Amino acid sequence: MSGNERVLASLQNASKSYGKIKALDGVDLALRGGELLALLGPNGAGKTTAIGLLLGLIRVDAGAVSLFGQDPQRIQARRNIGVMLQDATLPATLRVGELIRLTASYYPSPRTLSESAELAGVGDLLDRPYGKLSGGQQRRVQFALALCGRPRLLFLDEPSVGMDIQARQKLWTAIRHLVAEGNGVVLTTHYLEEAEALANRVCVMARGKIISEGSVDELRARVSLKRVRCATRLDVATVRDWPEVTEARMDGGRLWMSSDRVEALVRRLLAVDADLSSLEVQAAGLAEAFTELTRDADETAAEQLEAA
Amino acid sequence: MNAVDLSAATNESPRMPASRVLNAYLQETRSECLRYLRTPSFLLPTLLFPTVFYVMFGILLGRSNGADAPRFLLASYSTFGVMAPGLFGFGVSLALERDGGLLMLKRALPMPPAAYLLGKMAMAMLVAALIVALLLSLAIFVAHVPLDASQMLRLFAIDLFGVLPFCALGLLLGTLIKGQGAPGLVNLIYLPMAFLSGLWFPLSIMPKLLQQLAPVWPSYHLNRLALSAVGFDTGPVWPHALVLAAFTVGFLLLAARRLRRYG
Repeated sequence: MSGNERVLASLQNASKSYGKIKALDGVDLALRGGELLALLGPNGAGKTTAIGLLLGLIRVDAGAVSLFGQDPQRIQARRNIGVMLQDATLPATLRVGELIRLTASYYPSPRTLSESAELAGVGDLLDRPYGKLSGGQQRRVQFALALCGRPRLLFLDEPSVGMDIQARQKLWTAIRHLVAEGNGVVLTTHYLEEAEALANRVCVMARGKIISEGSVDELRARVSLKRVRCATRLDVATVRDWPEVTEARMDGGRLWMSSDRVEALVRRLLAVDADLSSLEVQAAGLAEAFTELTRDADETAAEQLEAA
Repeated sequence: MNAVDLSAATNESPRMPASRVLNAYLQETRSECLRYLRTPSFLLPTLLFPTVFYVMFGILLGRSNGADAPRFLLASYSTFGVMAPGLFGFGVSLALERDGGLLMLKRALPMPPAAYLLGKMAMAMLVAALIVALLLSLAIFVAHVPLDASQMLRLFAIDLFGVLPFCALGLLLGTLIKGQGAPGLVNLIYLPMAFLSGLWFPLSIMPKLLQQLAPVWPSYHLNRLALSAVGFDTGPVWPHALVLAAFTVGFLLLAARRLRRYG
């Protein structure tokens, strides 16, 4: 990291338990300005707990949390952040413009209503009651609420759920704009393409720990898997039994496989099906990297359990 | 390196001028009022129950119970009426907002915490003012209840502030219950409490035990104040006012403790 990227918020050796379950186990995490950090992990990995600590919704059992150098439970600290939570039911009878104006009133120097609306792409919805909007439109309004206070750090939890492709592209453009302005963004998402498209840094969590951290490319490079796609008469069940194949599925009439011995796999494919066509080989995406990383973490945990 | 960066960030934390903090309070209040005035499923029953009951039992059937009945029942139904915005506006809405994640979002946002409570309180007081105004109009123009201006003003003021203990009780209930079942549960407290405080039938015709139990309910004390406002002698006023203040503070403290612990 170059020195001029300022740490806006951090977890230092933070732990949090719910009863016997360790939701977060000694996590160190730093969020910087001008950087989009994608927080990935299977359900129950500790993402929500990490975000909850940074937002001041819950307190650490051990370790420290800092938001703009302060305790996140202090309102002064939170005046620097914008928040989009995964499931928040906003008042259905309030109009979009009223919701944005209300949220902007919590901040010292918010964006104007039209600026917020334009950034989030809700300019045409301002007079509509929130309850009458589609799911994707509601998400866009929630995004407008997250950015209307001119925050320096944004927390976006599954922001594009329910959006169509066009809306998602617009959202991504807006997020890139916010990062380019020098703001920090923390993104949690199940769409790995989203993390791949936006993240400067990816943090993979599993079982309350950070198991991997780096740029998208670094993360991908750790994985030996490659993708193979082709049109073939072979079916999924057949290739799944081949030792070269780690994963296989049908996708849009094509057979889709991932493999760590791609040359051997291609040779075998061509030998078995001479009519095979549309063959493609790709380097692993974040999806494969993620699958492999979290599977490794699970296996390690299982081994530890057996050893104990 | 981190330490230096963090202290730099602290110094830059923006200051919020007092005028903008005040604006946040006003916006929150405005939104809360608009929101419920646009929700017929909240507003209609809250306004209609006391007024329709008053027209039926206080005006149409009331005369047969003596000339004083419309005046007596004006006090009772205004008490009954102003309990609802506090209990439902606070209790049910808090229960739903905890369930729907709105409260969590607001806690994560830099909303002044008191603005949330004051907004709901202002909304409950506004609806209470509407209810008393409606009942007073019915009493004066339809039932021709003899009331002078100071009596009307007293009843109005008592009911306006009489909402507060029920706001506090609603807040406490809202921290105890969650989700869609909340309206039903709040009714299970609201309706029996109204009955046991003598808002529907005079306490004098109820069993001795219930009469002795009545001072346990905040609505009993509010009703005593309302009755004295419209000219019935209910003894000294201040003990009832004190009891209501004590209820308010007690419910608030319990609710605050639960909110701090469980969110």
